[in-house]
Amino acid sequence: MTTRPLVVATQETTSDVKFDKTMEDRIADVLRRYPTTRAALLPVLWLCQERFGWISPGVISAVAERLGESAAFVEGVVSFYTMYYTSPPARYVLQVCTTLSCSVCGGRELVDHLTAKLGIGFGEKTPDGSFQLVGVQCLGACGNAPVIQINDDYYEDLTPKKLDAVLDDLKGRR
Amino acid sequence: MEPVLLRARGVPGSRSIATYLAAGGYEGWKRALGLGPDAVVKEVLDSELRGRGGAGFPTGRKWSFVPKDHPGPRYLVCNADESEPGTFKDREIIEHDPHQVIEGIAIASFAIKANTAYIYIRGEFVRWATILEEAIGEARAKGLLGTNVLGSGFDLDIWVHRGAGAYICGEETALIESLEGKRGFPRLKPPFPAVVGVFGKPTVVNNVETLACVPHIMTRGAAWFASIGRPRNTGPKLFCVSGHVNRPGVYELPLGVTFREIIEEHCGGVRGGRKLKAFFPGGSSAPVMTADEVDVKADFDACAEAQTMLGSGGVIVLDDSVDMVAVADNIAHFYAHESCGQCTPCREGSDWCADILDRMAAGHGRASDPDTLLRICRFSSEGMTICPLGDAYALPLSSMVNKFRAEFERRIADATPLPQKRLPVLPWTGPRPGFGI
Repeated sequence: MTTRPLVVATQETTSDVKFDKTMEDRIADVLRRYPTTRAALLPVLWLCQERFGWISPGVISAVAERLGESAAFVEGVVSFYTMYYTSPPARYVLQVCTTLSCSVCGGRELVDHLTAKLGIGFGEKTPDGSFQLVGVQCLGACGNAPVIQINDDYYEDLTPKKLDAVLDDLKGRR
Repeated sequence: MEPVLLRARGVPGSRSIATYLAAGGYEGWKRALGLGPDAVVKEVLDSELRGRGGAGFPTGRKWSFVPKDHPGPRYLVCNADESEPGTFKDREIIEHDPHQVIEGIAIASFAIKANTAYIYIRGEFVRWATILEEAIGEARAKGLLGTNVLGSGFDLDIWVHRGAGAYICGEETALIESLEGKRGFPRLKPPFPAVVGVFGKPTVVNNVETLACVPHIMTRGAAWFASIGRPRNTGPKLFCVSGHVNRPGVYELPLGVTFREIIEEHCGGVRGGRKLKAFFPGGSSAPVMTADEVDVKADFDACAEAQTMLGSGGVIVLDDSVDMVAVADNIAHFYAHESCGQCTPCREGSDWCADILDRMAAGHGRASDPDTLLRICRFSSEGMTICPLGDAYALPLSSMVNKFRAEFERRIADATPLPQKRLPVLPWTGPRPGFGI
């Protein structure tokens, strides 16, 4: 498994966002799936996050304009869901499951280990922008607890040692 | 029993349509197209299939609620927003046998005469959303989906729609709102989705596992399906076992096995030779059961008789090393985080419970805490909220307080109480500010 790093946000992508031809084509492909324009909101936000790295105020305005919604409505939706980044994320976001099955099967030890190793707590990033630690609710892989999702990929049946190997590999690839 | 839903697990290349077709795949779809929608609904009604997502509502009946004379479009939605703590069965089905789900969606769509189906999958399941999209592409290339399927005159499109991280979107009306591009706020019912669903049209929402059962009912018949399990609780069921067992994982067993058999025989017993203390029978929203209740049958009716629920079949096993106050605290935090915020009893109640349990876990419990927890839970359950999330946190929390009260009391006896904060209220004697014109 090769976890891809997230897109690093630049100043341009955060303020005055314009959709290029590729993006417009992808949006058109999403729109034809639904009878209403509004239904494309979640998929279009996903496309934006993939392209720009996070859902900046500029992205919110651009999406609102493209789909004919108010920026307030789009922001309301963005803030309801946990997976849209409303600030630039690190290259690798370590999403540690903190719910019951993981918690009683080594998840807490994993959090302690990460906190000590990286020197960051939940919600924080390492100074070099490589890793960000996030505590999340049940990831739906309880049989292979403890579980961490790094960007889009699941890492299961982890121990501190296995996790070290994963992190060293990711850090080495940069 | 011979595996039905998990028959492809371990078969090389099980995800490809070639493997699926070689194993008799899409035969149920062909048979359904020949039978016609009404006969398909009847077959599923006769099989007594009950929804595997948590509520256990008879699937055939849900389909039959769609108004027959409705002129406009109707929709089928496959609920793959698997987020209930302790549940990981849908992921297992999609990982090994996505075409089983696609075939089930096709048959169900045909039964309710829907030409568009959506698979709402939780945002975290990127890998499994891709697997489903590939499977849809394969089926479309073979003419099993798309326009005029197999010359029947029936059109069907299936789209994968990713959520974005919200437990509540597993509730069917919240899912519908989210699919429409809004915040996932559950709707007040009635009207039920079968009448007014997504985009205001009749909609049926079925769980992945429920839909995966449908092709087998079509190929092997309702009588075969009903012969597994016991009356009203028929068919194979996937049990997801996690927590302190030797072999956690997804097990396919007939409804009606006992929890003892699941834990001791299939999962190799409690880990490290420890003793069973408690278990959640159907995800963390189901009231907890003690070690003495391990002989209860794992099916919808037996669990309801035992004042709990089979839910999604997510069995979370806890050994005697766990602290029930910490477990309650963990669960309270989950629901406090996931409450959508519409209804006061759920939004405030789950937060208050988490605060109280945090304080208890930190060693500052008060004698009144267990009763306060029970009171908050009582005001949040049994119809006090729009959707069942109010019950989903209140019922397990109150069951933990009731069944393990001694443990809660012991924590309080050892506690160092903090001084209770009170707002300073002074008697006002002068003229009332702002009103003394």
